[in-house]
Amino acid sequence: MASKLPPPRALLLASLALLAAALLLPLVGPARVDLARAFARLSPDYEILFITRLPRVLLALLAGGTLAAAGALFQALLRDALATPYTLGVSSGASLGAVLAISLGAQQVLGLPAVWAAAFLGAATVLTLVVAIASEGRRMSSFTLLLAGVTVNSICLALILLLQYLAGFAQSIAIVRWLMGGIEAVSYTTLAALTAAVLPVVAWICWKAREWNLLAVGEEWAAARGVDSHRLLRAGYLAGSFITGSVTALTGPIGFVGLIVPHALRLKVGADHRLLIPCSFLVGAPFLALCDTLARTALAPTEIPVGIITAMLGGPFFIWLLRSRRRSLWL
Amino acid sequence: MYRLHGLGMSYNGTPVLRDVTLRFSEPQLIALVGPNGAGKSTLLGILAGLRPQYSGSCLYRDRELRRWPRRAFAREVSFVPQTVRIEFPFTAEQVVLMGRTPHAGGLFESPADWQAVDEAMRLTDTLAFRHRDFRSLSGGERQLVLLASALAQQPRVLLLDEPTTFLDLRHQIAIYRLLADLRRQGLLVIAATHDLNLAAAYADRVVALRAGRIIADAPPDQVLHPAVIRELFDVETRTAQGPRGRPWILYGE
Repeated sequence: MASKLPPPRALLLASLALLAAALLLPLVGPARVDLARAFARLSPDYEILFITRLPRVLLALLAGGTLAAAGALFQALLRDALATPYTLGVSSGASLGAVLAISLGAQQVLGLPAVWAAAFLGAATVLTLVVAIASEGRRMSSFTLLLAGVTVNSICLALILLLQYLAGFAQSIAIVRWLMGGIEAVSYTTLAALTAAVLPVVAWICWKAREWNLLAVGEEWAAARGVDSHRLLRAGYLAGSFITGSVTALTGPIGFVGLIVPHALRLKVGADHRLLIPCSFLVGAPFLALCDTLARTALAPTEIPVGIITAMLGGPFFIWLLRSRRRSLWL
Repeated sequence: MYRLHGLGMSYNGTPVLRDVTLRFSEPQLIALVGPNGAGKSTLLGILAGLRPQYSGSCLYRDRELRRWPRRAFAREVSFVPQTVRIEFPFTAEQVVLMGRTPHAGGLFESPADWQAVDEAMRLTDTLAFRHRDFRSLSGGERQLVLLASALAQQPRVLLLDEPTTFLDLRHQIAIYRLLADLRRQGLLVIAATHDLNLAAAYADRVVALRAGRIIADAPPDQVLHPAVIRELFDVETRTAQGPRGRPWILYGE
């Protein structure tokens, strides 16, 4: 275990990475920004830095951290190393909502872009449906949760295909673009609202980390140690789905972050969720922000969907990490 | 401590435990024996508070098991499963630490938690691999770590499901010695086992189950008698004099 990082150092390094990403990545881009001019609110430096780039980097940080933390949580709840925040249908629910809004040509709902509102509603509907199907009375097991989630996921995907098949050409392109996921510059109000919705729930998930440790071993194991595993499983599913759904409503589905970040960190900091979940958030955030910076700069002025970068950058990195510890028991 | 009256349990309409009436009122080492499918694990699961759908009554310290708050009950009773499959790289020490959950407040361990973990790992002879990945341990080492995790819970009652299945001879004896020690320190220890000779050598009392019913409940020399063993397992045996005057069961053609 010599290569495992001690907890304080792991947290410090991860926080520094997050801070560095927040400070440096907004400066990166095809147009050079003069900081003095930007802070003096002089056009166009001010707009480029504070209206276009900074909110986008902040959204990427929040989305990346959330997806990675939710991934670690779902892997523990389902005791499945291949689980992601999307395994249980939340993102296809969000996608179905968004696709429906695009197909109907809706523009605004309650002052919000219709696609966001519909995506969030779609995620919430799926979440309620999965809990209803998976619960037998007050009981719920990770097995029924997995079956219910995977089934609802398939139904949503089928409906998305149907809507896409029926959609006109322009709508069809908008649908495909949404399904690829992507980070866009959003208003600070939107960012603040998303932060206020997501961060308290992430904090709660970190606070419950000891109990996720128990559930990651087994439901009876947890019950024999004084935990109400049915209730905890449901609460964990709701919390993880809520944050995933909130983020997905704004960004669309972005793959790979929720799978790769927790795995890479398990190799470095171990399986204890008290360290794993906060580190996943702190590392997932700069990882997605970095990928998004590449997405907007690599082929500028053309943008690449960020999901393509996360997989192309994250995949080889993860393989390298695995190979470098070949004699470990990762699989 | 435990009072069971008319206790029963069915899975999907098939009864696996019927009309079990028993008392465990003092610190004892109790062996639960019987053929596969006799209901031993189900009975242990009920006693551990993991199967609340039982019928009849099961009182622990005069309170029905279903009415015990989980956390408080987990400070009283701990359960050692036969084996556990873990997907993630928890170390042996982290697995043992999980036993402290019902005592712990908040996110981090107190000095008392670490003391309990050290003591539990010392007793079970697991300190040598405390920082190793649980998945890299042998079946026997894992079983010792699971026992350590249950001991770290500092219970009054210790329930074990075949605690020696994967253990070598030295560790089989060491574990039963440890269980007998714990009993002398005032714990009620109940172990389901297939090893009749270890049960005979160390148990104060043997409860024999067949097809969900109790067919014998007495000291080892009375229960582990050729007639009872024939009724239980349909196997012919002879009894010889074992260590410390305990019976030693001989079987095989």
